[in-house]
Amino acid sequence: MTQPLLEVQDLHTVFRTKDGVVKAVDGVSFELTPGETLGIVGESGCGKSVTALSIMRLQRPGRIVSGKVMFKGQDLTRLTESEMREIRGKEIAMIFQDPMTSLNPVFNVGWQVGEPTRLHNGWGAKRALASAVSMLGRVGIPSAAARAEDYPHQFSGGMRQRAMIAMGLTMTPEVLIADEPTTALDVTIQAQILDLLRHVNREFGTATILITHNLGVVAGMCQRVIVMYAGRVVESGPTPDVFAHPKHPYTWSLLRSIPRLDAEKHEPLRPIEGVPPNLIDLPSGCVFHPRCAFRIDRCTRDVPALLQINDTQHAACWVTQAGGELKGA
Amino acid sequence: MPETAVEKLGLAWTASQPLVSVSDLKMWFPISSGILQRTVGQVHAVDGVDLEVNAGETVGLVGESGCGKSTLGRTVIRLLEPTAGTVRFKGADITHVRGRKLRALRREMAMIFQDPYASLDPRQTVGDIIGEPIDVHRLAKGKERQERIRELLRVVGMNPRYADRYPHEFSGGQRQRIGIARALAVEPTFIVCDEPISALDVSIQAQIINLLENLQSKFNLTYLFIAHDLSVVKHISNRIAVMYLGKIMEVAPSAQLYRRPRHPYTGSLMSAIPIPDPAVELRRERFILQGDVASPVNPPSGCRFRTRCPRAREHCAEEIPTLEAFGLEQKAACFYPLD
Repeated sequence: MTQPLLEVQDLHTVFRTKDGVVKAVDGVSFELTPGETLGIVGESGCGKSVTALSIMRLQRPGRIVSGKVMFKGQDLTRLTESEMREIRGKEIAMIFQDPMTSLNPVFNVGWQVGEPTRLHNGWGAKRALASAVSMLGRVGIPSAAARAEDYPHQFSGGMRQRAMIAMGLTMTPEVLIADEPTTALDVTIQAQILDLLRHVNREFGTATILITHNLGVVAGMCQRVIVMYAGRVVESGPTPDVFAHPKHPYTWSLLRSIPRLDAEKHEPLRPIEGVPPNLIDLPSGCVFHPRCAFRIDRCTRDVPALLQINDTQHAACWVTQAGGELKGA
Repeated sequence: MPETAVEKLGLAWTASQPLVSVSDLKMWFPISSGILQRTVGQVHAVDGVDLEVNAGETVGLVGESGCGKSTLGRTVIRLLEPTAGTVRFKGADITHVRGRKLRALRREMAMIFQDPYASLDPRQTVGDIIGEPIDVHRLAKGKERQERIRELLRVVGMNPRYADRYPHEFSGGQRQRIGIARALAVEPTFIVCDEPISALDVSIQAQIINLLENLQSKFNLTYLFIAHDLSVVKHISNRIAVMYLGKIMEVAPSAQLYRRPRHPYTGSLMSAIPIPDPAVELRRERFILQGDVASPVNPPSGCRFRTRCPRAREHCAEEIPTLEAFGLEQKAACFYPLD
């Protein structure tokens, strides 16, 4: 196995609120290998975005209370703010869900896309703009030189997201973190952006962490996937294996609860009953046990660790760790 | 028992006729500008739509944001008064009804909204939210009213004791159940569901879809189901209408639309929906549309989709295609349809 590019080890990030401590990320570990696209999938509040923000050290007002984020032999959680600024946007870039709020409305697009080169390379305005225009062209913005003069509100949603991707790629980072990059977009525009991300991954060799709630997007984009629930990783493995035979009941139920466009006949959906837990007051044992159809006594008492189930898959489940099968009507 | 809208409108209707029928419907919104607020243009949100919904069926309405699907839904149930065209409900022309007749119509039709956080008044208790339509239409009072509210909560799978609580105490899925209970309070025959699950978490969506399906068979409801997620629409609908820039591009039974789309827009929309199966995704041919949706203020001449259409030719800019039949149940508005 190749050396991991980025390694998250037992990361814990918490938020203090007036109601108590929210354990947004509660012991998350995973690796990202060079050039791969890794999916992080889960519902809102599962901790997938906070995990990404913690890697970038942008988790405030949250606090990283323990764990490591190893990147090129250094632990990012221990860097000073100025050391971190050297990494951010240069070696690890991030793009967000809503490109309207993540672009500054008072600067034109070309200026903003060129900002990383001015900041990290110390380039002058002219040179930075030239590189921004070339980047905008590479991410598929027609007449890039003219459009670079435009302000974000003059761009459509899809074009803004292209501009964000261009900005993320200007320093040719080794890691690109895309947090729900297509959620705010229409499906035909989503298809364009996903195609662009595939292309970026091939052309630049950028390793990508793709955060999404959409299992279809993971299926089409990611070689490996980690599934998060209530701040924890419940399952991980190669995407084809996880989708074909999931080893955690949450993944298993989620896959059966969504309608598929290619379904042959109409069958009632099988919903997961109940709601995701309150992160201030997590259930004992396995966090998924109150909603789990396969629950055994032990699940309510002991927290299962993420362990290897077979050659390729890991799951945090007492049932599958004991060799149990996930089957049902 | 109060008169039904149809009795008030004085018309006879039999279930063999469409429950709702819309012809050449237009809903334009003026754009004003300057100190005199003069009208400088029109947003052609809905621009010549023909559509029929039969009793007991679910018609899905799909399209991208800004295509006019929500406006069409609101116009059909007369939350908006159309600019031109007609809307018929149970055979009666309701395009311009007002006052007493419109109020009677409100007992037959209801709406479920997208955002369960914005569509419930935070200062009202759940009981008052559900009770409001009951009060407005004087359907029940006192103990009977309380009992109806409790029954409605039971019907949507909630504890009847929740009537005294406030919306903020509930999760998104539960709020959507409250919204559904409110819609059911007038015992409507026709419900417009406007993106009822898009704001909900994936694991909750299936609960609400199943609830809507169960309620439909229990109360013999007819749905116009508006959504941008074609997988969900295909699952819940008998027939699907595909909208683009204010016009319907194609109508067909759900399975047929997936198996054999005729309009190039439908084809590309289908191909853009990710399927949660890596093996399928690997084999899939991707057919990616270029560019963005044109502006509804100044829609393209001829076919509105032509600016993005891979099959467009000169003729598409000159003439507006109308919906033509492909077999018995499928219609598409395209000069150069897919095979």
